[in-house]
Amino acid sequence: MPQLGSFAVLFALALSVYALFAGALALLRPDAAGERLGETARRAGVAIFFAVALAALCLVTAAFQNDFSLAYIYHHSNRDLPAPYKFAALWSGQEGSLLFWSLLLAAYGLVLRLRHNVDRRLFAYASVIIAAVQVFFLLLVNFAANPFAMMQGTLPADGAGLNPLLQYPEMVIHPPMLYLGYVGFTVPFAFALGALMMRYPGEKWIHVTRRWTMVTWGFLTCGIFLGAHWAYSVLGWGGYWAWDPVENASLMPWLTGTAFLHSVMMQEKRGMLKIWNMWLIFATFLLCIFGTFLTRSGLVSSVHAFAQSSIGNWFVAMLALTFAVCVAAFVKNRSHLQSENRLESLISRESSFLFNNLLFVVACFTVLWGTLFPVLSEWVQGHKVTVGPPFFNRVNIPVALLLLLLTAVGPLLAWRKTSFESLKRNFSIPALAAIAVAILLIAFGMRPWAEQSAFYSLMTICLSVMVTVTVFSEFVRGGRVIAGKTGKGLLAAMGRLAHNNTRRYGGYVVHFGVALVMIGLAGSAFNQDKEKEMGYGGKMEIGAYTLTCRSYTQDDKPNYRSEWAILDVTKNGKPLTTLYPERRFYKASQQMSTMPALRSTIQEDLYVVYEGVNEDNGRPIIRVHLNPLVMWIWIGWLTMVGGTALCMVPNAARVPLGAPAPARATVAAEAGD
Amino acid sequence: MANSRKLVFRRAAQIGLLCVAIFAFLGAGDENARFNDLGHRMMCVCGCNQILLECNHVGCNYSDHMREELIAAINHGDNDDLVLQAFIQKYGTTVLAAPTSKGFNRVAWTMPYAVLVLGLGVVTMIVRAWGRKAVALREAAGPTDPAMEPFRDQAQRETEL
Repeated sequence: MPQLGSFAVLFALALSVYALFAGALALLRPDAAGERLGETARRAGVAIFFAVALAALCLVTAAFQNDFSLAYIYHHSNRDLPAPYKFAALWSGQEGSLLFWSLLLAAYGLVLRLRHNVDRRLFAYASVIIAAVQVFFLLLVNFAANPFAMMQGTLPADGAGLNPLLQYPEMVIHPPMLYLGYVGFTVPFAFALGALMMRYPGEKWIHVTRRWTMVTWGFLTCGIFLGAHWAYSVLGWGGYWAWDPVENASLMPWLTGTAFLHSVMMQEKRGMLKIWNMWLIFATFLLCIFGTFLTRSGLVSSVHAFAQSSIGNWFVAMLALTFAVCVAAFVKNRSHLQSENRLESLISRESSFLFNNLLFVVACFTVLWGTLFPVLSEWVQGHKVTVGPPFFNRVNIPVALLLLLLTAVGPLLAWRKTSFESLKRNFSIPALAAIAVAILLIAFGMRPWAEQSAFYSLMTICLSVMVTVTVFSEFVRGGRVIAGKTGKGLLAAMGRLAHNNTRRYGGYVVHFGVALVMIGLAGSAFNQDKEKEMGYGGKMEIGAYTLTCRSYTQDDKPNYRSEWAILDVTKNGKPLTTLYPERRFYKASQQMSTMPALRSTIQEDLYVVYEGVNEDNGRPIIRVHLNPLVMWIWIGWLTMVGGTALCMVPNAARVPLGAPAPARATVAAEAGD
Repeated sequence: MANSRKLVFRRAAQIGLLCVAIFAFLGAGDENARFNDLGHRMMCVCGCNQILLECNHVGCNYSDHMREELIAAINHGDNDDLVLQAFIQKYGTTVLAAPTSKGFNRVAWTMPYAVLVLGLGVVTMIVRAWGRKAVALREAAGPTDPAMEPFRDQAQRETEL
């Protein structure tokens, strides 16, 4: 099996090299021979997928067969590891995850090459660029981080086991989602670079890549939130985001990708920002590669990072080469990227997109800057400094609030130009709703003047309410017009409205999801926590909850030993539930892991961690966190996913509504974004 | 029209100034709040990469001891700067969870804001320059047919939502 896997990755590399060079040669020969050569390159590209899939299958099979002659399987699996985690071993280590990356890229490439009839020449360019990226990753898999490397010396009887932190159901789906996002941005990048190189006329390449970009963005969003949920559920520190370099690495392309999704609409509708969009998608792809480099090079320290290795030099070379190709293509073809229209007013949809893009890019820069500053400090000052949550929160929260404000205002602005009267008319209800919520929150005890975090929290909630009201008013306004014309109920009319322009209204649903997430994040300003040694019958109070320790118990399973506390929980004196915070000791890896117990409601999370036993007196220690509004984050994420899915539904065929509707509302309901 | 726009901008500027003033005078007072604040401005140095008050390792050789030191320093009456300096002396510069605002570290704080301000300036300039060009192009195209004006007005109204 290892030999077959080794052969498969080597064969895949040969196919990629052929797809790259034969494809490039074919693009230079616009005759029948060139066309035939191009077709062979395309077929080689299709075959890459099957070769890499065979290699991945070999590795997974080796994991299931406990073939510890493979160093990778020895280091990331063991005999008693449950089956799902043996499968997840494929992406749990450096070498396997690079193979997995190659597999996903090959899968994207397969779909792209099978759909080549949409536009043969544009797809041929994109196929060659994807083949080039594929060559890079397969070079790594073959020569720098080979997952089929053999163990030296005596074969071990059992593996060293998978990192306990990775033995959690979400870790089976979180990395694939994240990788689908990272790898997926190769496709819009390839189309953009290809369109630039061939001076592709018009904006069709954007239409072609729209769904690719949205799917990719959706995957990256899921990957980030699943990672946050995993951190919350497993790491046991009561939080979901720590501004760790690896978390930052996933956030950066998400920020520029989100900016691209917005600004690309200006190119589609008004033929503007062509240069900006081109560089935005270049930057997004480069940040994906950079994020992978950060995770694997050991440049910055992180609890999530893979082992340090010399693989970082390969990524530096790849980044430099990609950047050089992008610059060369841009310099040669920049005349092709002239804007067809000009911005006419500071108060217009176009300028709101410009400012939104600016804020996304500044947020991305801030994250990049903060992540790399320790390295910069070491170069300049000779010593490292820590750039942790206080820095990122202080710098990014104001930017996020401005973005939230734009999310509320942007949809109310018309293309080209908006008058103050119009803005006032449309914005008054969302603004009044936000003010009303602020008054209510203060009346119920929020004191924004007492602490900076409370002030930010209040602002976040108010602006989120503003976004929500804007989104709903857009739906209601358009729905009313359709209801008036068709006689349907308002809800059905709103459904029809969304189906008529899925991209616009799907986008609004995503905005609503973002508002929910932000409300959830605002709750963190009011987190509480307590720690106490609790013997049998011991009590601890936090908020309205009282925890009483009923007992402690132990278990011995094939993969790990565990001990856990049994805690009865009452709220305001009434029995509520029993929680079982757990602590595990994994036998193979000889590592401890916590499994917090969680009672999650829409209002707050009661998060209980069994931290172990005080070595001095043998008493168990329990730590409790009371985290308000956390569930809103997960609901908001699912709403964002729903909105993204809605964006990808094809628009319904337009059916005339009969007599002309009042002009203003008709445009709101039916016009483009 | 121009006056009402100025008025709106003036009001917005006044509200902005008020917000800045609120920020400036915000501050924590009692010892618990200081412990919480300072504990969140430092890292545990055990290698877990966690904020001092969030380190959840039982029996961590550092965090428990560091928390005790922090409480002692606060009870001793040391001001925030003195407390942080003492920790830097003992554990090195990486004990602080964020760069200080002195020397080269100041660059860490100023750069994001500088980029934001620069970006805002550039975008505003671009928007204004493009706006002027669009007007110039319209004027260069010559007078429009007066009969089209009502339709133009209607289109303007409709596209404003």
